Amino acid sequence: MKMHGWGRYPIVDAEVFTPTSSTDLQRRLSLHSGSITPRGLGRSYGDSSLGDKMLSTRWLNHMLTFDQSTGILHCESGVSLSEILEVFVPKGWFLPVTPGTQFVTVGGAIASDVHGKNHHVAGCFCDHVKYIDMILDGERMIRCSQKENSDLFHATCGGMGLTGIIYSAAICLKPIKSAFIDQTTFKASNLKESLDLFAIHEDHPYSVAWIDCITGGNSLGRSLLMTGDHAENGELTLNRKRRVGLPVDIPSALLNRYSITAFNTLYYHRIRGQVVNHHIHYEPFFYPLDSIGDWNRMYGKNGFTQYQFVVPKEAGYQAMSTILKTIVDSGKGSFLAVLKVFGKRNQNLLSFPMDGYTLALDFKIEQDLFPLLDKLDTMVLHYGGKIYLTKDARVSEDTFKQSYPNWEQFQSVRDYYEVKDRFTSLQSKRLGLN
Amino acid sequence: MQNILIIGATSTIAEATARLYAKQGAKLHLLARNLSKLERIAADLKIRGASSVTFSGFEGNKIEKHREVIENAINILGTMDIVLIAYGTLGNQKASEASAEIAIQEFQTNALSIISVLTILANVMEKQKKGILAVISSVAGDRGRPSNYVYGTAKAAVTAFCQGLSARLYKSGVHVLIIKPGMVDTPMTTEMAMPAILVAKPEQVAIDIIKAIEKRNDVLYTPWFWKYVMIGIIHLPNSFFNKTNL
Repeated sequence: MKMHGWGRYPIVDAEVFTPTSSTDLQRRLSLHSGSITPRGLGRSYGDSSLGDKMLSTRWLNHMLTFDQSTGILHCESGVSLSEILEVFVPKGWFLPVTPGTQFVTVGGAIASDVHGKNHHVAGCFCDHVKYIDMILDGERMIRCSQKENSDLFHATCGGMGLTGIIYSAAICLKPIKSAFIDQTTFKASNLKESLDLFAIHEDHPYSVAWIDCITGGNSLGRSLLMTGDHAENGELTLNRKRRVGLPVDIPSALLNRYSITAFNTLYYHRIRGQVVNHHIHYEPFFYPLDSIGDWNRMYGKNGFTQYQFVVPKEAGYQAMSTILKTIVDSGKGSFLAVLKVFGKRNQNLLSFPMDGYTLALDFKIEQDLFPLLDKLDTMVLHYGGKIYLTKDARVSEDTFKQSYPNWEQFQSVRDYYEVKDRFTSLQSKRLGLN
Repeated sequence: MQNILIIGATSTIAEATARLYAKQGAKLHLLARNLSKLERIAADLKIRGASSVTFSGFEGNKIEKHREVIENAINILGTMDIVLIAYGTLGNQKASEASAEIAIQEFQTNALSIISVLTILANVMEKQKKGILAVISSVAGDRGRPSNYVYGTAKAAVTAFCQGLSARLYKSGVHVLIIKPGMVDTPMTTEMAMPAILVAKPEQVAIDIIKAIEKRNDVLYTPWFWKYVMIGIIHLPNSFFNKTNL
């Protein structure tokens, strides 16, 4: 059947296995000799979850145990973050780290070692994972953690599913008193101000900026910075707003320099004062785009890609402004780009976040996009940065290997556990990991 | 808090429905053949909010055991507010055409064993003078079609049985709901290439089921458009229908 990631580019024809239990999964692995690509909800943008033979965790979606005293939830890897929130927010628990969509699985969150608006204080998703039960083949199911089989743990966290099937994991939820967030929005009129605002507000648990990637000149890098704290008051309720869908592909011609410029200008001026406070539900705060189902159809039938890079803090303003200027000059920037300051990196071999600045933005797929992205790659490499594999569909092997120096260690762990030929993806083949 | 018995609790639709009731804090008793799956489902439903979850083994084709298993369920639940019957096989049409034994076996599982369970439950609920019996039949029972008429025959029997039962139990305040799902995304079907637009998510079907139970509907087509698809199929003239492979 035809399969694709969230960016709907590329599209492949694949056979999909959907095991219903660990036993069933192991039985299938022993029956099938070729290589397999694990997949959760298919929310990685490019080709990380694509291959000829894919194994979906769709039916591995059971919660196994929950310890009320510690907040540790052990669940199968196909459980989604949205299900966890639905069950646990009313009981006063929240995810320790969440990406910008709740429609990812626990397995996917681990394989991408996802980060959220609180990276600068809380690190990545896997920094809150107690242990992972990995299925490596028809016989082996291995538990790994920071202490036990730690080499496999650090390769699996952020390992893009290339070290085996994540069957289940134990994650530490965090207590909350309210389902609401006290949000403050600050207006920054250029990049310098944006970065300064991050530094000033680094004590807030959550911070992120929506940045304009169309407007240049003196307003280059103007943004709205939002900080958030879990509110002390408000009920532990779920959001009752219904989701709307996008039932058809929007013709990609509608997304052009003019419509996007208009949108960005309106968005920026939506906030009138310099500082605005809101008491809002966690859903619009963390997942503004989840309220539109299938928003990926907005970029037309050719699909889109998201470009997310990080540059080290030392390179700082200089790097960000040079790269941003290139994007603005290309006129290909998207509605909104997301800017965020990361905290310290962790020990996981292929995890993306590192001490520095990250920018993420969408580009619809068109012929002359790829040369631009290659050019951006060169700049990112020059400043000592890297590209987020979860968003990627086109980075070259060279770029990857230069920017992820731990790739060799990653390979040796895969060799040691004899999983290198077993678990692959279109992406791993492109990046020279097979 | 509602007391709910689910027979065939490891089926995809049943599990999705059970999760919705768990969220409401229901007390659940689950029956199915595969105990290790039941154990995992029970743990999951407990975490999702069920006030209690118990389970025991059940085999549709061991008709002689039905009474004992159901009496045990009544002992645990006390009054039964809702009973959902959700087990069955999809059947293998080609194999059933080749072998009378297989065809009869399919009918045994999907019709006769259900009739046994329903008969026992009907008598209990008639005395209880309340409760809802929700039975998963199928759109396949609306007209025998070449692609799955053996399965369809069994489902037609279940539907007819429930129609009669519904009128009988009406007098004692017990309600019968006949559920007719169309194509649903299950582990058995996700690996088949089916037109995505026709395949419903079990989570959506489950929402339809609990709404129909709340409203005390008699028949539920889920998703809704199957009602009109089936009206169309029922009214196709034989001269045309016989040429199709529907």
